[in-house]
Order: sequence, then structure tokens, then C-alpha cells
Amino acid sequence: MVVSTMPLTAKDYKSEVKPTWCPGCGDFAVLSATFKALADLQLRPEQVVVVSGIGCSSRIPYFCNTYGIHSLHGRALPMATGIKLARPDLTVLAMGGDGDLFSIGAGHFPHAARRNLDILVVCMDNQTYGLTKAQYSPTSFVGHKSKSSPYGTVEWPMNPVLLALAAGASWVARGYSGRPKQLQELIVEGVRHRGFAFLNVQSPCTEFHNTYNYYDARVQDIPKDHDPTDYLSAVRLALPQEKTLLGVFYRSERPVYEEQVRAFEKVKVEFDPDEFLSRYG
Amino acid sequence: MPKSEIVIRLGGEGGEGVISTGDIFTLASARTGYHVFTFRTYPAEIKGGHAWYQVRVGPRPVLSMGDQVDVLVAFNLEAYEKHKHLLNKEEGVLIYDPDEVTPEPHPKTVLYPIPFNRIARQDLNFVRGKNVVVTGVLAGLFGLDPSSLTGFITQRYKRRAELLDQNLKALEAGITYALKNLTKADPYYLTPTERVGRLVMSGNDAIVAGALTAGCRFYAGYPITPASEILELMAQTLPRIGGVSFQAEDEMAAIGSVLGASFAGVKAMTATSGPGLSLMTEFMGWSGMAEVPCVIVDAQRAGPSTGMPTKLEQGDLNHALFGGHGEFPRIVIAPGSVEDAFWQIINAFNLAEKYQVPVIFLSDQSLSHRTESLLKPDLSKVQVVDRLRPDEEALENGYQRFAITETGVSPMAVPGTPGGMYVAPGLEHDEKGHVDNPLASHEKMVPKRFRKLETLQKELEAPPRYGASDARIGVIGWGSTEGAIREAVERCVAKGIKVAAIHPKVLNPLPEKYIEEFIRSVDTVIVPEVNYTGQFARYLRSIFGIPVVRINKWGGLPFTAGEIQRKIEEVANGR
Repeated sequence: MVVSTMPLTAKDYKSEVKPTWCPGCGDFAVLSATFKALADLQLRPEQVVVVSGIGCSSRIPYFCNTYGIHSLHGRALPMATGIKLARPDLTVLAMGGDGDLFSIGAGHFPHAARRNLDILVVCMDNQTYGLTKAQYSPTSFVGHKSKSSPYGTVEWPMNPVLLALAAGASWVARGYSGRPKQLQELIVEGVRHRGFAFLNVQSPCTEFHNTYNYYDARVQDIPKDHDPTDYLSAVRLALPQEKTLLGVFYRSERPVYEEQVRAFEKVKVEFDPDEFLSRYG
Repeated sequence: MPKSEIVIRLGGEGGEGVISTGDIFTLASARTGYHVFTFRTYPAEIKGGHAWYQVRVGPRPVLSMGDQVDVLVAFNLEAYEKHKHLLNKEEGVLIYDPDEVTPEPHPKTVLYPIPFNRIARQDLNFVRGKNVVVTGVLAGLFGLDPSSLTGFITQRYKRRAELLDQNLKALEAGITYALKNLTKADPYYLTPTERVGRLVMSGNDAIVAGALTAGCRFYAGYPITPASEILELMAQTLPRIGGVSFQAEDEMAAIGSVLGASFAGVKAMTATSGPGLSLMTEFMGWSGMAEVPCVIVDAQRAGPSTGMPTKLEQGDLNHALFGGHGEFPRIVIAPGSVEDAFWQIINAFNLAEKYQVPVIFLSDQSLSHRTESLLKPDLSKVQVVDRLRPDEEALENGYQRFAITETGVSPMAVPGTPGGMYVAPGLEHDEKGHVDNPLASHEKMVPKRFRKLETLQKELEAPPRYGASDARIGVIGWGSTEGAIREAVERCVAKGIKVAAIHPKVLNPLPEKYIEEFIRSVDTVIVPEVNYTGQFARYLRSIFGIPVVRINKWGGLPFTAGEIQRKIEEVANGR
């Protein structure tokens, strides 16, 4: 197949499938920022794999003109791990919602983070279950009234940014669908980062939990004097604050998992069945 | 008359060297030209509890673990009490430590009291050398070539000079004791025969060897008995041959990463046991739906729930055949022996790649952990199949990942291929993988996916039939029971009973045409299997609508040939 050598633009990453999201959904901003970021990075669409689980936001692979996996509820990270380990040459984005990544898939998140696979994980955090229509999620605030918490939830919410820091993610950031330009820059930086990059996006659900006003009033950039290589300072900023801080909390360099796992790559030999069997003689 | 076919059982406390004694003795016997077949079982605890090991050694191919115990080595009283009733009534040998065991009168049994513990502790000042002392005694008693044993021990301890020296002394002490203090009164001799270069492998070894030969370059697993050795051997081997072995955080992640790797174009496998298979079930359905190939080894153990982790049961057949929600094609394969495991796992990879489906490979505790001697497989007979890829034309003209074809198989693009971009979906989808018109898609895609199994079924060969050509009784078995069934059938045929057997390896889809022919050719069908509910018997009944005589055993141990033989004789005698 003849491959065009023209510079890639955002629309080169857009598939012919129309998004199924409701008008105004925060996920549109993430999708559009992703297209622009991929164009900024000039990544060949066939070199990119977008992996997701289940939920409204997890439909995202269908809307991208890249390779994609729409996996099972909560299982985006295991599949992303397999892809990256098998094919380190590919750019892997694991994208999904707060229910997918932090409820049913929570068991996988810390392991992917501590291993430091070179992938970008984007959580489109709307603090509700959209696809199943308005139940509370693991990131819903205490007191959140929903169809499954008619008297308000009593569960302490998960803090994805803090969790990512605790688990050993080497790049941690927060974005907001209401700030698309910053989102685009964060995705670019997250993809460029060598290691496990986690971006939590406050992505309001206009249908069941419209938080645009809430976040518009509360978001604020991480103070300019914050040193993202300072882990303790990053943890402090990630603790619940009056403001919702946006930007890069933490950035560090650590050996990448797939490279260490493939440490013998340069001295590898062809598998010789005869020699292998002879060991049992 | 001297005999060189022996069944030896060693019993004792877990962790005191029962298994290692058995292993050393088995390897040494195989090196001197004998055929071997072992069975081992140990407690699920790390130390303590009762462990035992059985090896059957003979000059001819050994098909099963043997009916009775010719030589019982009792490390302690419990071993004696547990196994004494199995001793060969005519020519049994009991080897025991008189400080531990005071045997009751055994009129026809040869007794060899040997103070293993005292020799190890007092004479050698090497308590942990007891197992090697016992190995030496067995070698001295049965005339096993000591050089094969010293060679083996030297190899094992070559980097630890002090331990090597201690072990060689323990071996020498055992041999000397047998030669000096025991008066040979039993008929068993393992004198060196013609040396043939046989391998001694476990089922798990053979599975790894076959998988790597078939091109597996990605493995993921979560530790679980009795499949962990597969993970360990893969972890040792794959990184050096350009592959990846990945210890996942759980079985869902194991199968998920396997499917991710396979999607990315690398042949991939996971191995587990029943509890892990339960967790992998959601991804089995995804694999069937998204048509991403994978091989799942299930080394079955006794269930349900945590069950008996170190004991045998062929209890997961129903799960392999029917587990999961919704309807999707899957292939189920069960090997019959260690050597067969090598060939069938290659077959499993080839069928997974060819048909882009999950293949569930049913080993079990007995097969995964037992060792057998075998000639090195003829590697010139290995055929490796790769998945169908789209050609240039398909990529230029609006590639359809799930194109409807006559065989049901659609060309699969791998990431990195321009023009091949698609989403592997768990949702129902059309030819392009689009999910927006599920009703129309489901209508055509379900038959499309199942057509792959229909295509495969037409290609399946007849399972080899053996036994009497004019048989009135037919035995149909599956999985690791193959050797015991074959031995039972051969004995019955030798006695003039008209019985024959088949042992299909691909269990889904079944080679129905051939099985039906076999069923029609006999009056009665017997199905032996190590489970309570007769899963294979019911499966056969559901397809062929015939009554079957079931032989079931669910005590956690394999069939002996004698158990199956007796049932065949009962049926032959009209009982």
C-alpha cells in the first residue's frame, strides 16, 4: 500500500464512525485533543493502538482511524500490556472511564503503573456511570445522589491522581474537558513520556452529572513554582484541595518495563527445538 | 525368574525427599535404557503432609502407572500404613526404616529393613542426604548402573562442591549398604540394557517444548498448581529467544495480555488450572467474538472452588466446551500422553492461528506432573501454520477485517500495516468491525464465526482405532487416561474379549463422522473418565443419542489399567 508522505493532520486520525456520545459530552474534547496531539506528534495511524474497556468513553477506539481494541469491562490495561510487550514499536493509548479503570478494572491499574510500561492511560472521569444511566461511580463525591444512591453515596471517593502516584506511575497529570488546548498539550507530553503516563481528565457527563459549572469555577493550573520531579510535593498537590488543579503533577525517569523484559534482545538466539529437547536426554 | 518390569512406590513426609528420590531413580533408569512412567502426588502444603511417588520401569513401553506395587519404600509409618494393601501379593518387596516402621507379618513379601535415618544422621552426618541414601539402596538392590546415578548427581550439584561431595558419599553409602547387608531375595533386576537415547519429560515440559516449536513467543500466566512449571520454564526460555514471558497480576490479566499480544501479531499462550480458567472465561468469549487467536492450557485439578490443588480430576471438560455466556466457537483439545502433549500443543497453535479462535488445551495434574520416557520427537514432521493476512488488494480497497467467507476465516491485519486499521470489538459488528447495526450483523456473523468449526470438522482425521477388529465393546476415552485405557484394552484382547477403543484428541468439534462409525460398529460403549458426573459420557450422549456405560473415578488419583480392565470384563460377561 502506498503511504502518503504529506504531514498528518488531526483529521487523518478521525474514523468514518460518528461518535455515539450525547451533545456536550466532555469526551468530545478528549477525542478532538487526541487527534490534534497525534498530529502534533506526527505518528503514523497504523503505528497507534487505542485500547479501551467498556463504558461511554470506552467507545473511543471506534472513532479513531488507528488500530484499536474495544475489550471487556475493566480489561483495557491487560490488553495494552500484551500489545506493548509484544510490540514495543507501537504507540499504545489505553483510554476509558472512571468506572472501567477504577472500579471493575482497579486491580490492574497499580500493576501497570508500577511496572512502568511505556503507555499513556487517559481516564475520562465523569464521576458517574453513563452507559448504564446514572449510577454512582468510584470517583463520585460523598453525598452524590444517583439512581443507585438515592439518599446520597456514603463511599469515600477514589482519587485517581493520588492512586497513580502511590502505585508508581512515572508521569501523572490532570486535565479538564473545558480546557481543550491544555488537554492536547498534556496528551502530547504523556505520549512523549518514556514510561507509564497517567492523565485524569475531568470530563463532565451533560446527561447525568453535569459538572461544567462546578469545574469551571474550581479549576486552576498547578502553581508555576511546583517542581514535577519532587514526588512529595506532587503527592501534596494531589491531596483533596479546594481547587481542582490542572497540569503535570509528577514526572520522573525510570527504566521502561518492556525494555527490561527484553533485556536479551541484542543477544537473542533463534529457538532450536532440537537443542531444547536434548536437555531432557 | 528375574523380572525387569517393576512398579516402585515411595511414600513419606512431604519435603523429606520422596519426590527427589523418585526423580533421580527414574532418570537413572531411563539413562540405562528403560522405559519409565511416573506419578507423583504431594500435599498442597510446602512441608509436611503425605507425599508419594510411583515409578513403573520396564524394558518395553510403559503405558500407565501400574496396578499393584512391587516395591514399597516406606520412609515412615504413615507410608507403610497407607500403601501396604497395594503390595504385590506374590512377589512384593517392602523397604523400610526399622526405626520408623515395625511391619506386621507379610508371609510372601521380601522385607529389607534399612536404617535410612541412622545412616544419614550418624554415619554421614548429613540428615538431608536420606533421599540419596535410599536412591543408592535401590540402585544396589536392583543392579542399576551406579555411573548413571553419579553422573546425574554430579550434574545437579556441579556448582556446589561441598554438597556434591556429601551427596556422592550418601549414594555410595546406600549402594554399599545394599550390597553388604542385604541378602537379595526378590526377583527384580534393572541390569543395563541397550542404551537408547530417550528423553524423560513431564507433561508441562512437553507443553512448553511444543508451544515454542509452534512459534509461541508470548506467554503470560499467574502461578497456580499444577501449571506453574509452564510459567517458570517459559520465563527461563522466552527472553533469550526474542520472546516475552509475563507474570500477570491475575488470570484475567494473563489472558488479556495474551490476547493483546496476539492482536499485535505474536503467537501467544497462557496456562492455568480450573480456578484460573473460571477467571479467564470472560476473555474466552471476547476471543471468540473478536476472532483473536489464543491458546489456553488448563492443567485440570480436582475442584470445585480451590478443591484439591495437587490432585487429579478431569473435571473441567464442561467448562472448556460450554463455559462462558453467549455462543462462540472454540476448539478443545486434550492430549493423551507426554509425547502427545508435544504434538497436540503444536496442533492447538496451528488451529488457533488458522481459525482465529480460542483453543482450550486440557491437560491435568496427572499428565502435567508425571514424567514419561520417549524418543525425541521427529522434528521433520513438525508443521507450523500462521494466520491468514490480508493481501495488498484487500488493504487498498476498504479492508474488511471480518469479511464473510466460505470457510468463515477472514484475513487478519496486524498493527503497523497501513490500510489495515480496524477495531477488535467485543460488541457485535459487521464486516468492517462497525458496531452500529447489531441486529443485522448478528444474523450473519454468528453463522460466519461458527462456520470456522464446520470447516475444521471436515478436515479432522479419524482417531486411530485399536483392539479387536470384530469388537462388540467399544471404549471411548479422552485426555490423560489414554495409556491406562490402552493397556486395559490390550489385556482384554489378549484374553479373547472383543473390545476396541478410540481416543479422540480434538474434543470440540468432534470428528463426529468417525466416532459415529465406531459407535455403530459395536454393541456397547464404555466411557472411562476421572470425574463424578461423566462429562464426556453425557457429551457423547447429547450428540449421538446413545446409552453409554460409564466408569468414573473421583478420588483424586488416576485410573489403573486394572480398574478399566475389570469393567470391560464385567460388560463382556454380561454384568
